[in-house]
Amino acid sequence: MIYLDNSATTKVAPEVLETYTKVSQKIWGNPSSLHDLGENAYNLLEQSRQQVANLLGVRTEEIFFTSGGTEGDNWVIKGTAIEKMNYGKHLITSSVEHPAVLNTMAQLEKLGFEVTYLPVDKHGRVAAADLKKAIRPDTILVSIMAVNNEIGAVQPLDEIAAILQNYPKIHFHVDAVQGIGKGIQPLIMNKRVDFVTFSGHKFHAPRGIGFIFKKHGRKLAPLMNGGGQEKNLRSGTENLPAIAAMAKALRLLLDSEEIKVQKQLEIKQFIYQHISQFPKVTLFSEMNSQFAPHILCFTIDGVRGETIVHAFEDQDIYLSTTSACSSKKHEVSGTLRAMAIPERIATSAVRVSLDENNTLVEAEKFIKVFDQLYSRFEKINS
Amino acid sequence: MQYSEIMVRYGELSTKGKNRRNFIDRLAFNVRKSLHQFPNLVVKAHRDRMHLQLHGEDSTAVMTSLKKVFGIQNFSPSIRIERDIEAVKEAALTMVKEQFFEGMTFKINTRRSDHEFIYDTNEINDLLGGYILKNVPGIKVKMKHPDLCLRVEVRVNGIFLSSQTINGAGGLPVGTAGKGMMMLSGGIDSPVAAYLAMKRGVEIEMVHFFSPPYTSEQALNKAKELTAKIAPYVGHIKFIEVPFTEIQETVKHDVPSGYLMTVQRRFMLRLAVLLAAKRNGLAIFNGESLGQVASQTLESMVAINDVTALPVLRPVVSLDKNEIIKIAQEIGTFDLSIKPFEDCCTIFAPPAPKTKPRLDKAQEYEARLDIDGLIERAMAGIKISEIKSGETFLNQQEDEFAELL
Repeated sequence: MIYLDNSATTKVAPEVLETYTKVSQKIWGNPSSLHDLGENAYNLLEQSRQQVANLLGVRTEEIFFTSGGTEGDNWVIKGTAIEKMNYGKHLITSSVEHPAVLNTMAQLEKLGFEVTYLPVDKHGRVAAADLKKAIRPDTILVSIMAVNNEIGAVQPLDEIAAILQNYPKIHFHVDAVQGIGKGIQPLIMNKRVDFVTFSGHKFHAPRGIGFIFKKHGRKLAPLMNGGGQEKNLRSGTENLPAIAAMAKALRLLLDSEEIKVQKQLEIKQFIYQHISQFPKVTLFSEMNSQFAPHILCFTIDGVRGETIVHAFEDQDIYLSTTSACSSKKHEVSGTLRAMAIPERIATSAVRVSLDENNTLVEAEKFIKVFDQLYSRFEKINS
Repeated sequence: MQYSEIMVRYGELSTKGKNRRNFIDRLAFNVRKSLHQFPNLVVKAHRDRMHLQLHGEDSTAVMTSLKKVFGIQNFSPSIRIERDIEAVKEAALTMVKEQFFEGMTFKINTRRSDHEFIYDTNEINDLLGGYILKNVPGIKVKMKHPDLCLRVEVRVNGIFLSSQTINGAGGLPVGTAGKGMMMLSGGIDSPVAAYLAMKRGVEIEMVHFFSPPYTSEQALNKAKELTAKIAPYVGHIKFIEVPFTEIQETVKHDVPSGYLMTVQRRFMLRLAVLLAAKRNGLAIFNGESLGQVASQTLESMVAINDVTALPVLRPVVSLDKNEIIKIAQEIGTFDLSIKPFEDCCTIFAPPAPKTKPRLDKAQEYEARLDIDGLIERAMAGIKISEIKSGETFLNQQEDEFAELL
């Protein structure tokens, strides 16, 4: 099997699963319990938090565990809205965000908030100048993703941060679900950022676990009220086995990150170079530093994305039609539509997404199958 | 930027007349102890300033530790460059660029201790200033109160550049003001009081009362970990644990509830005083702040303080709770202090303690007890350990967990 759908999810790493199992069997107390079992669990929880914080170069008290990327996005956006609604009701985001952001914004619009959706250029990137124009006195949040999940565009977070430097009251949120471990940590954890969303299962941790970074001093209303866990900001008994497993997965992810990123870049470059020779292929991902090293989105003109995905699947190669979340809904990719790509082409888009476990050998097999499929579809397509 | 030397300016000790040498020696000793994890570092303490030669040690890490040493007014990291004007130009440019912001002003301030150098002070100022103006667009020269003052020192062994003055912890070198016993409970106030005592040069030893089974092992470990949190200011701190169960049980049994707290505190103070006598302590420190709780009224202090003539010093006496919390957060003890373990002050807390206890009553009730016996047995059970900075006690499985993570 060749798995090229790592932006959808990743396989839990064996050593990560081992931690999960050990913790669920040995350190299964409730971290809030007073006795030893609870105290041990509490200590492991805090040690995990510290490890995550150290890996990101932030303070331990700036890390809050969640159930994943969707919760993180919902929390930062709605939590800001609730916290700051008396100061303003205007939020800014981009038109290419993940549905966890876009649909949350839509829900807030129904409640009387106003949302500005920044357009993107043909590379899928927002323009800092557009952001500057969109900022109003009642703006309370700017939420921009680090790496687009469909085409891999890296947003100009440094330029956005520079603009927001002059608006210290606005919360700046970065959805880094696709960005962590892809060689852009300084861009994500920039000086101005207030909140960052992370999701464990994108880097070989189990499902149902994630975390946010919340800058010290920034206020965020809780969405989960209850027993007061996570400094009373995210109640619910802590998912300790998954938290410890994720802390380990993050360490493994960031260990020799540069080399892993380089490896993914080489594979991307290899596939890119090959398929770009074909006249009916359109590539939406580019080979430069404004694109992530692991995502390659392309179309074969006239062949529906779904057809391509299944054709590859027959050869035991797994990719997807743009984002996994929307692929079953037969919707045109939101990112490509925002980039003003004609619908006929957008419905053909497929996404190859890599991680550090993919190899050039796999890429060679991929292009062999690609060649076969291309010539086969050319017959029905010409 | 990695620096090659750090120049340290002394704090108040400049004014200490004859004792000056003692202060400087003690400060050098403390600096060496606090920086012991940097084996290549050389500390040279002179009359006016101290020079730390880094010899390749990480300057950022050294400065982080140095910020915690009391007795330092401020310090400046500097970089040593060969006596070659071109190399100096490049280093100066890098230094300015690193700190540059839009609209920044600067000046060059050159001193020559070596007058043989081919350029004189003004020439060096002109050369470097001109080079920076040419290569940093938007920077301006300003002689009075510039944003950045680049100091250049020409010495025989090289040219030293520095541009930053970083505030030290202030205060007096720990150990120059004698030794005191600190009564450490585990709450928010006593670690702050300990920190403030150290800031005025006092070497402290922690005295912690524990009452198993009424207080848990965790409460004891919490007190030890709190000690480890403030140990970086001195290197290490002695921790004395005093068993207090028998005294608390006896007092609870034999003393009317309104005076429970007063009599207990008298016992604690007696024990601390005895420890001071044995260990050359000159004073007792505690974390009392006036009016916070029943035991912290002036009347209560009179009734408790009666057991000793030693000074009982209360560094946080006039601080508001919020002011104390602010310091606790700065020194990193707050989150630990609020962990909810019962300590010897919270168990057996009477429902209605007297806020204005009378000394004669306290003495009268206490006279019913076998004071000497109780004290003797408590003293026989003390344990003394040395706690180093960064040690952890609450998480006993740190290494085991590290393997899981």
